[in-house]
Amino acid sequence: MAEATAYQVIGTRPVRPDGADKVTGRAIYGADVRMAGMLHGKVLRSPHAHARIKSIDTSKAEALPGVKAVVTHKDLPEAPDKIANLGEGAVNLKFLSNNVLAQEKALYRGHAIAAVAAVNVHVAEEAVNLIEVEYDILPSVLTAPEAMEDGAPILHDGMTTTSLGEKTDRESNVASHYRFTLGDVAEGFKQADLIIEREFDTATVHQGYIEPHNATAMWNEEGHVTIWTSTQGAFVVQKQSSEVLGIPVSQVSVIPAEIGGGFGGKIPVYLEPVAALLSRKTGQAVKLVMSRTEEFESTGPTPGSRLNVKMGATKDGRVVAAEASLAFEAGAFPGSPVGPGGMCIFSPYSFPNMQVDGYDVVVNKPKTTAYRAPGATNAAFASETIMDEFAEQLGIDPLQLRVMNGAKEGDRRVDGPTHPRIGFLETVHAALEHEHYNTPLEGPNRGRGVASGFWFNVGLQSSVVINVNSDGTVSLVEGSTDIGGTRASIAMQAAEVLGIPYESVRPTVAGTDGVGYTDVTGGSRTTFATGYAAYEAANDVVRQMKERLAERWNAETEEGATALTAEDVTYSGGVFGCSKDAGKSVSFQEMAELMPRTGGPISGRATVQPRGVGGAFATHIVDVEVDPDTGKVSILRYTAVQDVGKAIHPSYVEGQIQGGVTQGVGWALNEAYLYREDGNMSNASFLDYRMPTCLDLPMIDTVLVEVPNPGHPFGVRGVGEVPIVPPPAAVANAIYRATGQRMTDLPMSPGYVLDKMQS
Amino acid sequence: MATRIHVQTTLNGEAVEFLCDSRQSLLEVLRDDLGFTGTKEGCSNGNCGACSLQVDGVLVDSCLVLAAEVDGQAVNTIEGLASPAQLHPLQQKFLEHAALQCGICTPGFIMAAKALLEKNPKPTEHEVRYWLAGNLCRCTGYDKIVRAVLDAAETMEASA
Ligand code: FES
Ligand code: FES
Repeated sequence: MAEATAYQVIGTRPVRPDGADKVTGRAIYGADVRMAGMLHGKVLRSPHAHARIKSIDTSKAEALPGVKAVVTHKDLPEAPDKIANLGEGAVNLKFLSNNVLAQEKALYRGHAIAAVAAVNVHVAEEAVNLIEVEYDILPSVLTAPEAMEDGAPILHDGMTTTSLGEKTDRESNVASHYRFTLGDVAEGFKQADLIIEREFDTATVHQGYIEPHNATAMWNEEGHVTIWTSTQGAFVVQKQSSEVLGIPVSQVSVIPAEIGGGFGGKIPVYLEPVAALLSRKTGQAVKLVMSRTEEFESTGPTPGSRLNVKMGATKDGRVVAAEASLAFEAGAFPGSPVGPGGMCIFSPYSFPNMQVDGYDVVVNKPKTTAYRAPGATNAAFASETIMDEFAEQLGIDPLQLRVMNGAKEGDRRVDGPTHPRIGFLETVHAALEHEHYNTPLEGPNRGRGVASGFWFNVGLQSSVVINVNSDGTVSLVEGSTDIGGTRASIAMQAAEVLGIPYESVRPTVAGTDGVGYTDVTGGSRTTFATGYAAYEAANDVVRQMKERLAERWNAETEEGATALTAEDVTYSGGVFGCSKDAGKSVSFQEMAELMPRTGGPISGRATVQPRGVGGAFATHIVDVEVDPDTGKVSILRYTAVQDVGKAIHPSYVEGQIQGGVTQGVGWALNEAYLYREDGNMSNASFLDYRMPTCLDLPMIDTVLVEVPNPGHPFGVRGVGEVPIVPPPAAVANAIYRATGQRMTDLPMSPGYVLDKMQS
Repeated sequence: MATRIHVQTTLNGEAVEFLCDSRQSLLEVLRDDLGFTGTKEGCSNGNCGACSLQVDGVLVDSCLVLAAEVDGQAVNTIEGLASPAQLHPLQQKFLEHAALQCGICTPGFIMAAKALLEKNPKPTEHEVRYWLAGNLCRCTGYDKIVRAVLDAAETMEASA
């Protein structure tokens, strides 16, 4: 459908509406918010990975001149031990509250213990150092395999494993265990001629957005709290804050500032409730901003994992059985993305027999949170490495192997759902035909790798209102914070429906008081779902205009003529006409001018919860060179092919892919949380936690394959997350081709690669 | 509290004076005291380049410069780059190439690129990448940033 349509706006590359403000420094990000009389806060954080808090003495801090208030967990209401859906999935409120300010135990280095508000940040910092905390230091455990061992230090007294939906009575760090099954793996392995089984380990990594978390809160005399913050979802901050603070959602207004990156890391609340508590105590607005060290030690990260994967194939390259056991670090509280990891690991393929076991394991690290296709990158590193081994050992081209086993419409995923129309095979074919893949890679120590990936994408809920201005332009109000050009991609969809220029749509991101409920900017859902709402709201505008024109034209015609209805009014190319009278014609702009004489203002509105989420697939090709003396891997060339459904604004689609690839390359080669024996992180800075710089990368070529998603009027699929999934496996496969060594650990840092080469 | 230091400086061409503590960075004074929040803070220890600006024409990480050090010097920030009617070519090219996603790194990149083009008006791709390696962007993968800078260099050359 969408392929045949000629669009006016969709597929063009206009400048984003918030662009000028963002290149001139005028745009207000969370840390730029300033209020009269505003106080500055600082959080005291645990220096220990695991400790019981015996006492907290804040008296010296309170006595310091310039200090206005100190808060601890005592200032929070008792949180119920209940599960609530807070927009990014189910969260236990007690855990959420305990993560905001520790109650009995510090569960990781960096766990918030207390916070101070003072006249400036320096005084607040001094005051924090005057707070005396008595700790009982406990043994800590930092990785999933260790935390699962008998006799491992237990993080949560009384926590037992929920296994396959049943509560067990074993006290454990394993919060839960699930299993997905399709077919019969034991039978499948009997048919296999070649079985490969490997164990993989991936390190904890951070989202690494450049803007630190921030929150400014004002708790006024009527008990109403206003929060200004950089967040992926204002409504989610509202809900979480109201639950943690024990006040109704209607008492919390969240005003989203511009946001400097999130990648999943700016969904949970950390500072917002603390700033609110400090504001209540002081009667002033209070601002909190994290340092980079706090970012690493107290937010994010995405889990380290242990993956055991076994796959079997026939001689002719048909994979007949695939089995995985995934143990993911949840961090200090349950809730790792091990579920999504299991949903994605084998989903590019139509293997007949599959089984996945997933374990959610608490460890003494910060509570993990979403990071771009959470769980899928860890999982694909394992499965896509084994696919490459099959190709190599069976003498089949690795992309052809994917063609032979690739999933199509109607194939089932291991976790149950059946694929709708998807474009996985189209990505593989585009890669096979690409000039990159057909150009021989020459030179010593070089290798080319490929890998594919899947991310299911989400829909969730969005609201959009379109208000028509008297000059024929419109204002569009939406609730999705704009992290990468979505004001443009949403406005473009409205402009397309309205038949007006892109520049005639002025989009605004509103807070919780300004627009209907809208879920987070995440799950690759914004251009899909909020775009869908914009499409519906624009259609609502057109519908109202048609009704008015039918009525108006009826008033003009003489008595006795058959009355026109809205159905008789046509709209195309920005002009209304009448199917029964070719002489009638009114432009959108003329209709806008007519509003006061035809019933008043026109606002189109839509709230959506679209179900037709189109899954996203990617296939990547990478060339590397490995320095034989140091083990350092250089990326020579990178091509990322992706089914994007329909690219609304191709530049921002390419940008999502290029950014995702870069994060994936960082994850592959350098990024890792490094820990000392005592459970303290030793590289909590951008100097030592090494993210890719522009010198580490070549240009990243993208190929946008467009297999329209039947679940969206323009065929949009979410594009933001899947590009991070293939890179670690693709790079590992390239390193293999360069060195003859299989990589089983992330990151593949120079030391690790060198060890492998010398082993 | 120690005595505050009196600083006289030029900020984007205007004479500005302020009082600061000896421990305050230039970044902090600009953002928190003078209200120039266009210069961003990503790390406060010289590792991300979000706070890039020029002091007497020299590119610096303003989180590593003490406010007291700029006495008698000229400070140029992102806020001073565009003329009233027109964006600077770098700003324009960043927009045209979609070289920003979240935009938090953008002021730093643009100020760093400006300093590069003043030294080297016709940089190669490698020279751009080498010069900008002190600026982190987590969103774009740098591809479109590098293209924007190269394109801006060409435009500025052509109109020079
Ligand atoms: S804030 Fe100055 S370099 Fe990061
Ligand atoms: S655009 Fe987000 S960090 Fe560069």
